[in-house]
Amino acid sequence: MAEVLVLVDHVDGTCRKTTSELLTIARRLGEPSAVFVGAGYDTAAPTLAAFGAEKVYRADSDALTAYLVVPQAELLAQLVERVQPAAVLIASSAEGKEVAARLAVKVGSGLITDAVDVQSDGNGGVVTTQTAFAGGYTVRATVTKGVPVIAVKPNSAPPEQVSGAAAVEAVDYTPSALAQGARIAASTPRARTGRPELTEAAIVVSGGRGTGGDFSKVEAFADSLGAAVGASRAAVDAGWYPHTSQVGQTGKQVSPQLYVACGISGAIQHRAGMQTSKTIVAINKDDEAPIFELVDFGVVGDLFAVLPAATDAVQASKG
Amino acid sequence: MNIVVCVKYVPDAQADRTFNASDNTTDRANVDGLLSELDEYAVEEALKIVEAGEGEVTVVTVGPDQASDAIKKALQMGADKGVHVNDDAIHGSDAIATSLVLAEAIKKIGMPDLVVTGMASTDGTMGVVPTMLAERLGVPAVTFASELTVSGSGVSVRRDGDAASVTIEASVPCLVSVTDQINEPRYPSFKGIMAAKKKPVEQWTLADLGLDASQVGLANAWTAVQSFEARPPRAVGTIVKDEGDGGAKLAGFLSERKFI
Ligand SMILES: Cc1cc2nc3c(=O)[nH]c(=O)nc-3n(C[C@H](O)[C@H](O)[C@H](O)COP(=O)(O)OP(=O)(O)OC[C@H]3O[C@@H](n4cnc5c(N)ncnc54)[C@H](O)[C@@H]3O)c2cc1C
Ligand SMILES: Cc1cc2nc3c(=O)[nH]c(=O)nc-3n(C[C@H](O)[C@H](O)[C@H](O)COP(=O)(O)OP(=O)(O)OC[C@H]3O[C@@H](n4cnc5c(N)ncnc54)[C@H](O)[C@@H]3O)c2cc1C
Repeated sequence: MAEVLVLVDHVDGTCRKTTSELLTIARRLGEPSAVFVGAGYDTAAPTLAAFGAEKVYRADSDALTAYLVVPQAELLAQLVERVQPAAVLIASSAEGKEVAARLAVKVGSGLITDAVDVQSDGNGGVVTTQTAFAGGYTVRATVTKGVPVIAVKPNSAPPEQVSGAAAVEAVDYTPSALAQGARIAASTPRARTGRPELTEAAIVVSGGRGTGGDFSKVEAFADSLGAAVGASRAAVDAGWYPHTSQVGQTGKQVSPQLYVACGISGAIQHRAGMQTSKTIVAINKDDEAPIFELVDFGVVGDLFAVLPAATDAVQASKG
Repeated sequence: MNIVVCVKYVPDAQADRTFNASDNTTDRANVDGLLSELDEYAVEEALKIVEAGEGEVTVVTVGPDQASDAIKKALQMGADKGVHVNDDAIHGSDAIATSLVLAEAIKKIGMPDLVVTGMASTDGTMGVVPTMLAERLGVPAVTFASELTVSGSGVSVRRDGDAASVTIEASVPCLVSVTDQINEPRYPSFKGIMAAKKKPVEQWTLADLGLDASQVGLANAWTAVQSFEARPPRAVGTIVKDEGDGGAKLAGFLSERKFI
């Protein structure tokens, strides 16, 4: 069976959930081989084995952490030419898409991004599902040339544990001059909130202009549900919440089991980031707010009254 | 500093966007189009850099006849000249082919110090053309810039990532894609609108770029849309008015759906 390369998505060896999802998807297409780039391999190793990686290609030279995307793309290109995999799967994050884009051009492959499902077509090919036009359409696509390079969104498959041999092979890699063309000069780590990551969370509670800048009720409700906190662009532009929490066309596209919009009107650009959520709830004092066109359950009311009461009820039900 | 800005003509997001049933490509004929909103930030950033120093801003688009509107808008904002690559064979091109055409057009314009693009188009929304273009031009790419500073031999960019906010330095020539956080795009002034009428716009075909129809277009795309379907409308939900019991009712719904 052909190998399927999975670029491990991790922070210093701590795998993001997408890594186990990608390994799970890879098994549908062939034998999963994890490609681990950067520091922290020992932390990642057990996860890779537990989710079925048969092989692990490992590269951890300093060049791979000081520079951006290009080294990862060069390394993957080298592996693609050598092992001729059935497909390459990469997380559809901003960085992942860049690696995928460079890789596709380097190896002469078609590229699909933002896949929410990936299946085998039964003939060695791959069929993907994406959404288009702010979630208004579902599109099925294939790669018709080269080794399919597919960037897959988080939450696209429930991760399944299957132990894999995880045979490690160290890969020799020397970055090109181009790889060193852009470098990270400074980095200010973001404070950790202790909440789940927006794109991975099963539940997202978001606040908009209607919060008037006070996110405490939104956060308290989110915490009662173990949810991530998101924000509309109006809230981000006002400086109330960081841009990394923005949901929408120019922020994060989320697809959780449950999305709760608090004081958000439901502009098309916001919808583009949350319309594919399984269940949608809104709290808004305007009963004509467009967000109500999307909801499974809506409360017309003041979020400062509704959220604390809902938070109390959730806490009470937990006992 | 000479700058080329890539601007895309897209169907208006406020209209009912759809696909052509005959070949599964984006319907660009029956939906009003415009300059992709996110490319306005790219034009604005380029204008600011040139206004603060010297040089010229050239905008380039790859698209059908109507795509000239995208160029016009950019010229009205203040760009100096436009290049419109227009060839029937390009219809249905994928990101790979689009980046190839853009790369050849930029080489023909003459490699600038800086190529600026939007973070993603508002129709395809892949956000990969900038990186592919940089790969083809053999230059570094710094994407998702929320702040851009130009110095003699390079650029410095602030990029707000999930794990950290980072400062990235790159030497020129390079490509930078910008987010909607970077600036506030100007509206064309009356003077700008009048001046735009006299600005030069080149019309190029594939042949002008030394490209062949077999390298682009729907039939030669390396990806294929097999099918598309409108998402079924969401079932009409329950909407309650808060009479002091809205929070409890919400919690009731969540427990019914097993979220708590
Ligand atoms: C290029 C571009 C990209 C964009 N990208 C994004 C994006 O990624 N994400 C995004 O969100 N937007 C985006 N936007 C902006 C978008 O068009 C809207 O302006 C924005 O989503 C509005 O945010 P909002 O719903 O919080 O604010 P508003 O539209 O002002 O809505 C506030 C809502 O809160 C309600 N409200 C007020 N007080 C209360 C209260 N006490 N209790 C309950 N409800 C209350 C009001 O009834 C109203 O419906 C983009 C716009 C452009 C031009
Ligand atoms: C619903 C849908 C799904 C698609 N799926 C795929 C797919 O899976 N794989 C694939 O390869 N293609 C796909 N395409 C085609 C792809 O979107 C187009 O080929 C497009 O030309 C490039 O991608 P983009 O619009 O996403 O651009 P992005 O990569 O999002 O564009 C970013 C920036 O690049 C510049 N730019 C992009 N296009 C142009 C242009 N024509 N002229 C000037 N500047 C430009 C602009 O500065 C823009 O802001 C899809 C298109 C649609 C509408």
